[in-house]
Amino acid sequence: MSTPVTTGLQRSGDFFAFGVDVARSVVRRPFQVRELIQQAWFISSVSILPAALVSIPFGAVIALQLGSLVRQLGAQSFTGAASVLAVVREAGPIVTAIIIAGAGGSAICADLGARKIREELDAMQVLGIDPIQRLVVPRVIASMLVAVLLNGLVSVVGVAGGYFFNVVMQGGTPGAYLASFQALGQLPDLAAGEIKALVFGAVAAIVASYKGMNAGGGPKGVGDAVNQSVVITFMLLFALNFVITAIYFQVVPQKGT
Amino acid sequence: MGVAVRVDGLTKSFGAQPVWADLTLTLPAGEISVLLGPSGTGKSVFLKTLVGLLKPDRGSIWINDEDLTELPERRLYEVRKLFGVLFQDGALFGSMNIYDNVAFPLREHTKLPEAKVRAVVTEKLEMVGLLGAEKKLPGQISGGMRKRAGLARALVLDPQIILFDEPDSGLDPVRTAYLNQLIVDLNQQTDATFLIVTHDINTARTVPDNIGLIYHGHLAMFGPREMLLSSTEPVVRQFLNAQRIGPIGMAEEKDAAEREAESAAGVELPPLPPIQRQLRPSDGRPRRAERAPGEWCRTHDVPYPAGSFREEVPV
Repeated sequence: MSTPVTTGLQRSGDFFAFGVDVARSVVRRPFQVRELIQQAWFISSVSILPAALVSIPFGAVIALQLGSLVRQLGAQSFTGAASVLAVVREAGPIVTAIIIAGAGGSAICADLGARKIREELDAMQVLGIDPIQRLVVPRVIASMLVAVLLNGLVSVVGVAGGYFFNVVMQGGTPGAYLASFQALGQLPDLAAGEIKALVFGAVAAIVASYKGMNAGGGPKGVGDAVNQSVVITFMLLFALNFVITAIYFQVVPQKGT
Repeated sequence: MGVAVRVDGLTKSFGAQPVWADLTLTLPAGEISVLLGPSGTGKSVFLKTLVGLLKPDRGSIWINDEDLTELPERRLYEVRKLFGVLFQDGALFGSMNIYDNVAFPLREHTKLPEAKVRAVVTEKLEMVGLLGAEKKLPGQISGGMRKRAGLARALVLDPQIILFDEPDSGLDPVRTAYLNQLIVDLNQQTDATFLIVTHDINTARTVPDNIGLIYHGHLAMFGPREMLLSSTEPVVRQFLNAQRIGPIGMAEEKDAAEREAESAAGVELPPLPPIQRQLRPSDGRPRRAERAPGEWCRTHDVPYPAGSFREEVPV
């Protein structure tokens, strides 16, 4: 009956059902505004600094990698274009995904897991309150909101980091860096990045909540749940990133083609 | 007035591992019942099934002509408001102080003004003797206090059915005695239906109106307190008197060889000890469900051990 295959399918089914429950509870009243604000504040407080600190070297690495090659080709004036393209389209959402899953998701999972093993979630259900509506929905929305804002932050800091390294370290021309922004990139790139961030925020929070609410077997169970939630979120987010990028390229015509 | 809970043919297993099968019993309205059983017989699982946190494999739970196991989730959340549950460690919300914990159900379910909330919360906290600790966080108080705070929170919506998951685990004998007295007093004041899950023999012998015993995956016996205390059924007798001799072994059940050896060696169960009087409300007025000491034994013509039902003489 319970071969690894069926267990895997059952887990996936459970997770999907959980996602549907969350989606249905989003529209149910009363909406937990207080919890949403608290959670959004909490998630941003654990994620803003690491996100900024990760995106500076990310922008710098791109600038360094491109710098020498581009100079040999005599296309220094296009470093800015490449930087914007790489950061806004790919690095932004990926950094956001890593931070949201690693900082926000693990915190959500640990919190709900601790509540689960202390029977707080059971107590809440017995008091007639649905933990999905009361706890999970505000966390998912907060995580989506923070992810979108975080993506903006990562894009700005990443491009600024690239600018600093290109102009100050490699002697690039400031005007050329800024002027080439629009050579390859376009506005829909930013929109696609924000949509990715929105989806990543939702998936990270739902996976973390699901794992946390199904934690079992004492404190070790919570640790295991956090570990699994981060790993699963990473895999899902990178796969989703690929799929959304592929769709984006099909739907939106690219510059220079 | 409390609500009766009728459990019919309830069966539960986790995967291939059965927990218990065919539990059939009725918790009489307004009475205190105790569910006993050796460790690991699924008493807590039964309690969680009663409030719909776990789904049974088969069977039904009837409350007010509604089968809890068949209810859609939305309705289940409504019916759960009839219940107050005291979890083993109190299950307080760690991020809120005691006051907010107790006020939580009121703030979620009612639109009472804050002054009313304060009045209700203060009343319940006074009932469990926790006035003055409102501002403390659950992590800052002892296990006994957490339990009493959990009880105050369970009482705040005036439940018709109150379930206790091992109210005496981790408490010293004095606190256990106070808590038992509190349970009896609460029953007198609220007339709610009580179910206490425990393996504390003293609680089981003195507090309830009815006793049930889960053993080896089924309900060995359920009935009035005096029926079980005067019973000569080996399992019931062994457990209620905390003896080693009998069918219950260190593991779940003694095997046949062990039991044969026991009876061959001529080991017999010691005589039943006298049955104590039931714990009475502290203000001396009777509870609605209270029966006279020895009434069941006399009406059913069951012999009871000498020295039973004596007025307790303070030592």
